[in-house]
Amino acid sequence: MDLNTIIQVLDSSIRLSTPLLLACLAGLFSERAGIFDIGLEGKMLIAAFFSAAITFTSGNVWLGLLAGIGASLALSAIHGLASITFRGNQLISGVALNFLASGLTVLIAQNWFKQGGRTPTIPEEQRFQEITLPFADALRDIPLLGPIYSDLLSGHSALAYIAFAMVPLTWWVLFRTRFGLRLRAVGEAPDAVDTAGVSVVGLRFAAVAICGVLCGVAGAYLATSLQAGFVKEMTAGRGYIALAALIFAKWRPWYALIACLLFGFLQAVALRFQNIDLGGIVIPVQAMEALPYILTVVILAGFVGKAIPPRAGGEPYVKER
Amino acid sequence: MTETAAIELKGVSKAFGPVQANKDISIRVMPGTIHGIIGENGAGKSTLMSILYGFYKADSGEILINGKPTEIPDSQAAIAAGIGMVFQHFKLVQNFSVLENVILGAEDGPMLQPSLRKARGVLKHLAEEYELQVDPDALIEDLSVGHQQRVEILKALYREADILILDEPTGVLTPAEADHLFRILKGLREEGKTIILITHKLREIMEITDTVSVMRRGEMTATVKTSETSPEELAELMVGRKVLLRVDKAPANPGKPVLEVENLHHIDEAGVERLKGISLNVRAGEIVGIAGVSGNGQSELMRVLGGYGHATGSIRVNGEELDLTGKHSDGQSRRARGIGHVPEDRHHEGLILDYSAWENMVFGYHRGPETGSGVLMDNKAIKAEAQAKMDRFDVRPPNPWLSAKNFSGGNQQKIVLAREIERNPDLLLIGQPTRGVDIGAIEFIHQQIVQLRDAGKAILLVSVELDEIMSLSDRIAVMFDGEIMGERLPAETNQTELGLLMAGVTDTNVAQTKEQTNG
Repeated sequence: MDLNTIIQVLDSSIRLSTPLLLACLAGLFSERAGIFDIGLEGKMLIAAFFSAAITFTSGNVWLGLLAGIGASLALSAIHGLASITFRGNQLISGVALNFLASGLTVLIAQNWFKQGGRTPTIPEEQRFQEITLPFADALRDIPLLGPIYSDLLSGHSALAYIAFAMVPLTWWVLFRTRFGLRLRAVGEAPDAVDTAGVSVVGLRFAAVAICGVLCGVAGAYLATSLQAGFVKEMTAGRGYIALAALIFAKWRPWYALIACLLFGFLQAVALRFQNIDLGGIVIPVQAMEALPYILTVVILAGFVGKAIPPRAGGEPYVKER
Repeated sequence: MTETAAIELKGVSKAFGPVQANKDISIRVMPGTIHGIIGENGAGKSTLMSILYGFYKADSGEILINGKPTEIPDSQAAIAAGIGMVFQHFKLVQNFSVLENVILGAEDGPMLQPSLRKARGVLKHLAEEYELQVDPDALIEDLSVGHQQRVEILKALYREADILILDEPTGVLTPAEADHLFRILKGLREEGKTIILITHKLREIMEITDTVSVMRRGEMTATVKTSETSPEELAELMVGRKVLLRVDKAPANPGKPVLEVENLHHIDEAGVERLKGISLNVRAGEIVGIAGVSGNGQSELMRVLGGYGHATGSIRVNGEELDLTGKHSDGQSRRARGIGHVPEDRHHEGLILDYSAWENMVFGYHRGPETGSGVLMDNKAIKAEAQAKMDRFDVRPPNPWLSAKNFSGGNQQKIVLAREIERNPDLLLIGQPTRGVDIGAIEFIHQQIVQLRDAGKAILLVSVELDEIMSLSDRIAVMFDGEIMGERLPAETNQTELGLLMAGVTDTNVAQTKEQTNG
């Protein structure tokens, strides 16, 4: 395996990690505030469709991004209404939204574009362009570091850079701001927040809204950056892998980065090598694809330290006297 | 009375549907005093405090803070009006530091660091002024209950509360911690703070308050100076009739050992050793009380004895060894051995709240021949039996069809007691017999327990109420951290000595006793 192959696999890992990371951070905001969100998948899917559809019809990818975020936010609003305002079961609401997104996207796509539930392919020039970092071409010839900078770090879409910039930003918001303190508190002990005179409902809706925005970006990345248009079920379980990554990361932003890079890497390896031949033993590609889930089970079983979810997670807040 | 009250209520009423929780409550609390509010469960104390803290809005009436009419629509407004509340169940974020908990909701700006720095300074100052020492960087989950309560008080003081409301503050404290709390409260009073203390413990009212108000059935029945009243008078005002505060019982006449526990060990699901070699015996015709701050292994001991917790060691009942790990270590087998069990947690282990009283009264005994044959149950007989038991135990209302959740705490406990006592067990395990039970019902429940003892039964009592342990027990064992620290006779000990044992403080005398019991 030469350097070039390694760089290619790692480059592909970053591309595949980006939607996972965005969805994972989305889930982090929501779950840190005590709202479990199994509907990351559905939000990404509906965002993917609307971003692709609007990008194609308007020719403006930023407009498409906004449409994706809007659609994702709409699902977030429903989730918030169901689980915060009406204190419904968060898992059921999330599952319902996943089904809704899965059916709705194909239905609208078929009605709109008549191409069997997909959007037309978005022309290359209308998609998110790859951004070449400064001096990328000049530095390419430096051994080792050159290719890493020019081929691995440079040349991703704006959304990918936004995703990775979100990690320190999320950390900073959570642990250095008043909003972050309250957000973490509302996921641990909403009664403490309530008696301190802060609105539990307001905080939780804010968290769910942030989750919606990030899922929207993740979906737009899938349809207008990673690929060129929407196809049925194109999220392919990424929302669930993101949830697995969130548990793997123990609900912490920097760990989330590591988890998502790892899971993205596994996907990239599975994509590139198919069946891996290790001197006689053939590891089937499915094993690589299943690895994120297996790792999550291992984490949940407590083999690698304990993953303690936010204490008030999944529980609707009912004011007690 | 021309002086302006720190807090004054005028004709406050609040109804929940047909239930009048607060009826025309008027009260004046002077600044710089400690005012007690005492009353039975359901008398409306909590509702009143919830109105003061903005959880509920009163239907009518007026609240005046320092003479100024004040609307309190939410907690924010209560805090702004200078009211601080220390709830019975602390409102703290367990994995936050003390500092973070203190500033939560009272931050100075959108950034945390300046607020944290400021709070650190303020906390240091408050700690020196009021004996409120807490490590500002400690996580709440690592603090003792007493320290957690200090954090709650610090939270209120940090928000510059002038009026501090404490709801049943000593329920979770050791006697020593309670004494410390009272010193803190006295210090706060000297600084001119106004304190409202809600409790059902008459002793605390007498010890620390300046004035006391009594609530009964949603009404404020009396407000008196503490120095001019007596516990007996207060109890009578609370219940509305004369109450016997002392348990009236003849000396015990113990017979042969019924329960013999030897070197019992129990490890819980989290892998923590909760029982570290308990040895204990209870004889026929004897009440043995286990004193201790909750969480020191009493609950686990009861669970193991009751058959829903595995253990190693030996338990003999009437000389026969019990199965501690196998398939006969369940409640059914224990009952078959003549063990009755009134669990500590009435709502989760004693009753099924959504089921009716008659159904609850047969649970655990529903396989007996008198409840039917084989598959079908003889509901008619069961209901008649339930009705008879409810009459004998004075359960009100005596309606077997009513769901368990619709009875008051005291009557729920009577249902459980009736179920267990009427089966005539050789050994009765009772956990927290009077937790959340009204004074009037406490008297009745204590009488029943003593009667059972006089009938020659063995009784093992676990209670966090030291008063109850002292007045009911014939012998007292003190538990701390999964061990029995020592045994005492009620007549030969006092609250201070037991309090020290409960806190794990032993002297050589205690060490000797331990050696003997561990054999």
